Amino acid sequence: MYTQSFNVPDAPDGKTVPLAPSKEDAALQAAFDTRIDADGRIEPQDWMPEAYRKTLVRQISQHAHSEIVGMLPEGNWISRAPSLKRKAILIAKVQDEGGHGLYLYSAAETLGTSRDQMLEGLHSGRAKYSSIFNYPTLTWADVGVIGWLVDGAAIMNQIPLCRCSYGPYARAMVRVCKEESFHQRQGYEALLVMMTGTEEQKAMVQDAVDRWWWKCLAMFGPPDADSPNSAQGMRWGIKRVSNDDLRQKFVDATVPQAKVLGVTLPDPDLKWNEERQHHDYGRIDWNEFWETVNGNGPCNKERLATRVKAHNDGQWVRDAALAHARKQQSRNMKEAA
Amino acid sequence: MTTALKEWPLWEVFVRSKQGLEHKHCGSLHAADAAQALDMARDVYTRRQEGVSIWVVPSAQITASNPDEKGELFDPAADKIYRHPTFYEIPDEVGHM
Amino acid sequence: MSTATDYLLHLADNALVLGQRNAEWCGHGPILEEDIALSNVSLDLIGQARLLYQLVASLQGGDATEDKLAYFRDTGEFRNYTLLELPHSGPLSGYAHASLDYGTTIVRNFLYSALMALLWEALEKSANADLAAIASKSLKEVRYHLRHSRDWLVRLGDGTDESHARTQAALDHLMPYTQEFWTGSPAEAAAFAAGIGVDLQTLKADWDGIVDGALTEATLKRPLLEGYVSEGKKGLHSEHLGFLLAEMQSLARAHPNGNW
Repeated sequence: MYTQSFNVPDAPDGKTVPLAPSKEDAALQAAFDTRIDADGRIEPQDWMPEAYRKTLVRQISQHAHSEIVGMLPEGNWISRAPSLKRKAILIAKVQDEGGHGLYLYSAAETLGTSRDQMLEGLHSGRAKYSSIFNYPTLTWADVGVIGWLVDGAAIMNQIPLCRCSYGPYARAMVRVCKEESFHQRQGYEALLVMMTGTEEQKAMVQDAVDRWWWKCLAMFGPPDADSPNSAQGMRWGIKRVSNDDLRQKFVDATVPQAKVLGVTLPDPDLKWNEERQHHDYGRIDWNEFWETVNGNGPCNKERLATRVKAHNDGQWVRDAALAHARKQQSRNMKEAA
Repeated sequence: MTTALKEWPLWEVFVRSKQGLEHKHCGSLHAADAAQALDMARDVYTRRQEGVSIWVVPSAQITASNPDEKGELFDPAADKIYRHPTFYEIPDEVGHM
Repeated sequence: MSTATDYLLHLADNALVLGQRNAEWCGHGPILEEDIALSNVSLDLIGQARLLYQLVASLQGGDATEDKLAYFRDTGEFRNYTLLELPHSGPLSGYAHASLDYGTTIVRNFLYSALMALLWEALEKSANADLAAIASKSLKEVRYHLRHSRDWLVRLGDGTDESHARTQAALDHLMPYTQEFWTGSPAEAAAFAAGIGVDLQTLKADWDGIVDGALTEATLKRPLLEGYVSEGKKGLHSEHLGFLLAEMQSLARAHPNGNW
């Protein structure tokens, strides 16, 4: 789900990457550039510039972290889902996010980084993940709105990534997008049903839309003018469509959906611009976005500590499986001897 | 508490989507051993009836061709156009051949 | 008065309560792969519960629905085994069980799946054709749950000193609750008399065989049983089910006329 601008810089890890190319590298660089210019694909064993590798590891691992942190806000509501059908749908959905995290970690591992290394980055607070998951899910309607708007925003972002220049990332995204299509639909449908219910339910839906709308717009990342990494990402075919273009596409797609649903989007400046053939919308609060990305949102500390706890609590389980596998192997070898 | 042993090894997963088709690479995962990798692959990669059979292979056991040798390995096949049926002109009245 | 319908509720409540418990791991599992695997187990169990509640609702008629049965019955009306409602922890009351223990999860899933692998197979021959059909579907699912939990039981028992000790402790804690499997209830008797249910005693030797085989492989010691025998299936539960249901039912009960 949930890429935002996965070009948000992580905090420095203290290591420096040599960037000055050698002569030999210059020839390889030229071959690489030619392939990228021809819209070709790069595979794990191919030569690639260190900065390309590093950018990809950062982007894919941030994307993977977002998937697994993203299991938490919706996971809150599994135990309280108001019907058994919705409970099953929600478990399947949250489980899918875990699967997406897994596919993405695997894609990043082809670049020579282990999953443990990436998790270490997340757990230490160095690596970023999508800001949207640092907001609380306060009512059941949040589950529907996350499906409709957050997954909707994510799909906008992810479809172009299926054509990403790095083969394993593109292939992971194809699998993710196939599974993702159910996420947005289930969310929107859950809201449609609630809107046929009681006045309290309708108010719950509107309240959730009011709380999530602006955060979803911010999810696409800073305006193009303030995204220095974007241009390089576009050049490399890692990013295919700019933040602002995706955001506009999202707004244009969502307005008619909100109308069918019968909710108001909380932006007095939101209106059709005949000249641009797009909707105009109001100003996004980028201070709040950066505060949240940098760890000071309402749930950052809880989300991170929860991930760390799950990992630490699971250590003895992972160790046991490995210890058993080794014992078993040595037993088999003794038997064979 | 004990110190971590280390990360579970990586496995490549191949799934046969239906009887009669080949197993196709569909991704990878971590598991402690082959038996567990097989079960994990079932849970991770066949949640939507994607498969009827699974292979798992330790990623470390895969030997891959070197991309630097792509030219000598694969380009020589490019001019053997006579291997392809479309190379041969057959009169229309012969029909399908 | 107990009827065969109570027996169906017993089967349904078992599946729902354990499904609800196992789903607590979703997003918090020991490793991503296992998080996904355990969610599959939960989804199977909730699917079984839904089919069984739907069957009960159709027998009861009127305005009964699967969700009325799941969300608007109180603790004393639930008929699940006490074993299944216990938190994923050692013997602790109230909020003392803040952390989930995977050893408890695996041991419980193993003990219950071993029973259900036998019970669903026997229920394939139930005089109630709908139940027999549910049994056939559930049997395939539970065979995988048994394979999954048995595999982990052996890994945890045979793994490290720490995992061995934790798993033995979980076994010592949970095994006494399995005595409830083998003590009769009016609902089971009614179902058996009607040809719908099974005499559980006929399954005990096979269950013992499955359990002992796995415990030996896992280098775990089967605890001797004595003392209290739980009675969840008669509606007399532990303190834990009240918390589980209060959480599970809260939203549905806050909006009794809601559409979801």
